[in-house]
Amino acid sequence: MTRRVITSIIGVILTAIMLFPLYWMVNVSLTQPQNLRKDPPDLFPVDPTFAGYERVLTDQLPYLGTSLVIGIGSVLLTLAVSAPAAFALAKLRPRGRTVIDFVLLIAQMIPGIIMAMGFYLIFYNWGILNTIPGLILADSTLAVPFGVLIFTAFMAGIPDELMNAAKIDGAGPWRTFRSVILPVSRNSIVTVSLFTFLWAWSDFIFASTLNRGGDLQPITIGIYRYIGNNTQDWNAIMATAVVASIPAAILLVIAQRYVAAGVTAGAVKD
Amino acid sequence: MGIAPEHEGSAGVPTPALPSDQARKRHKRRAQLTAWAFLAPVVIYLVLFYAYPLYRNLDLSLRDYTLRSFIDGTAPFVWFDNYVEVLTSATFVPALINTAIFTFGSIAVQFAIGLALAVFFFRKFPLSSTLRALFLVPWLLPLLVSASIWAWMLNSESGIVNAGLEAIGLSQVNWLTSPQWSLISVLIANIWIGIPFNLVILYSGLQNIPTDIYEAASLDGANGWQTFWRITFPLLRPVAAITILLGLVYTLKVFDIIWIMTRGGPGDSSTTFAIWSYRLGFGGGSPDLSPAAAVGNLLIILAFIFGLIYIRAQRRMERS
Repeated sequence: MTRRVITSIIGVILTAIMLFPLYWMVNVSLTQPQNLRKDPPDLFPVDPTFAGYERVLTDQLPYLGTSLVIGIGSVLLTLAVSAPAAFALAKLRPRGRTVIDFVLLIAQMIPGIIMAMGFYLIFYNWGILNTIPGLILADSTLAVPFGVLIFTAFMAGIPDELMNAAKIDGAGPWRTFRSVILPVSRNSIVTVSLFTFLWAWSDFIFASTLNRGGDLQPITIGIYRYIGNNTQDWNAIMATAVVASIPAAILLVIAQRYVAAGVTAGAVKD
Repeated sequence: MGIAPEHEGSAGVPTPALPSDQARKRHKRRAQLTAWAFLAPVVIYLVLFYAYPLYRNLDLSLRDYTLRSFIDGTAPFVWFDNYVEVLTSATFVPALINTAIFTFGSIAVQFAIGLALAVFFFRKFPLSSTLRALFLVPWLLPLLVSASIWAWMLNSESGIVNAGLEAIGLSQVNWLTSPQWSLISVLIANIWIGIPFNLVILYSGLQNIPTDIYEAASLDGANGWQTFWRITFPLLRPVAAITILLGLVYTLKVFDIIWIMTRGGPGDSSTTFAIWSYRLGFGGGSPDLSPAAAVGNLLIILAFIFGLIYIRAQRRMERS
């Protein structure tokens, strides 16, 4: 009994060490500007200020809105492309499925900077450089292979009897997919949406290459600009960082088990 | 029912094999068509948003692309000039070494810490699952946020890390601004970000080891250390291999952290291939897109080699 308690205490200490940078982010975000350069720095927000957060709300709200739109757009596009494909791969036994599997695997290994350069030229020609649809297209490439992988793994586990029952009731493949497979796959839809949203929300490389001059820029660019222009105002930078982390925190609390499922099933992150 | 199938026996003479064979074939072809109809969106998507950008990038690396090329649409084909330029550049050797140190250093340390934590959390104790979930948070944060936090924590004058070093009587370090420390700084941040991933994957690997093996071991009088090296570690090897190879492929691509913290500097001291490519293409005033694409393609060759190893390892794991 006491050994278990000691183990718990060690666990708490380890977690505290791991999460210290996050605590520090919150602490700095509440620090008065004149105390930022204090040496040694205050370990607690002794005289907290919310000025940093006020600046976030005045300066960064449009960036946050843009990120929200891009995140939701990427989720919708990723689901629309990956779910039907996974249904085919898991249940319809198409010839050549190994080729698709292989291509999806390779696709996850392509560094973002290479995709960014190709997209730059293509988006320039298509006239969607510096636009939200352009970024939605680019960001969805982070998630589509992952989405197909997760959906395929999940749908392969759906019993064939369920499909056969639908067939006997006269449902075609599309009806079966929509009315049987999709509702049953709710958990994997949550997992894929969660990761797609977080990746799109966190994307910096596509935003900074494909949306350098756009009017509507995502929050990562907002923070980046802050860092570039205000090397003094680290409390405002950290306040923005706190706000930019909120979606991740909320999603972790609400969807904890989906997160763990996504990491282990997909085992991919970029 | 109204349409008579072509090959029906004419006068009611039973011809059993042929029609059913034909019907089965037709049925099969229809099933294939249906399957590919569901696959069509992803195939179109892969061609348009993976294959085509990669082709454009390859083409870009074999031409001399300038700002004017955007306007008049011409860029002379120069064969491998950009690759020669890149391979003979003064940045090539440092970038190669930095990429190697950054990649292998990150993976070795985050794997070791991740494994130790996975073994630790595998013991049953109160709060275990809650704490494990909290360990995931750094992994879900935008990389840019993590990089900003570390940039401030490692700040020379006002950073908490230097304050801590001073408090225990050590001398302060110019983490981000001195050539000998900048790569270590970005390594520290990247290791921190990679720990949760290693923890989760290795933890799930531990869960898949049957418990009766442990019971047998403890009956045979094996101590904790022996159990780990003789049982846990060998049985975890396939999962460990996947974790490390995914780590390789992922770490090769790391860009945000280094760019935010040091921009690859000072000088080339923390420049990796990914940073170099970005800096050539988008980092400064005049974009050198063609050499940037050449650097990127060198990176992709590296990633591809590791990718092939990964696929082989995964096949072997599926078989076992």
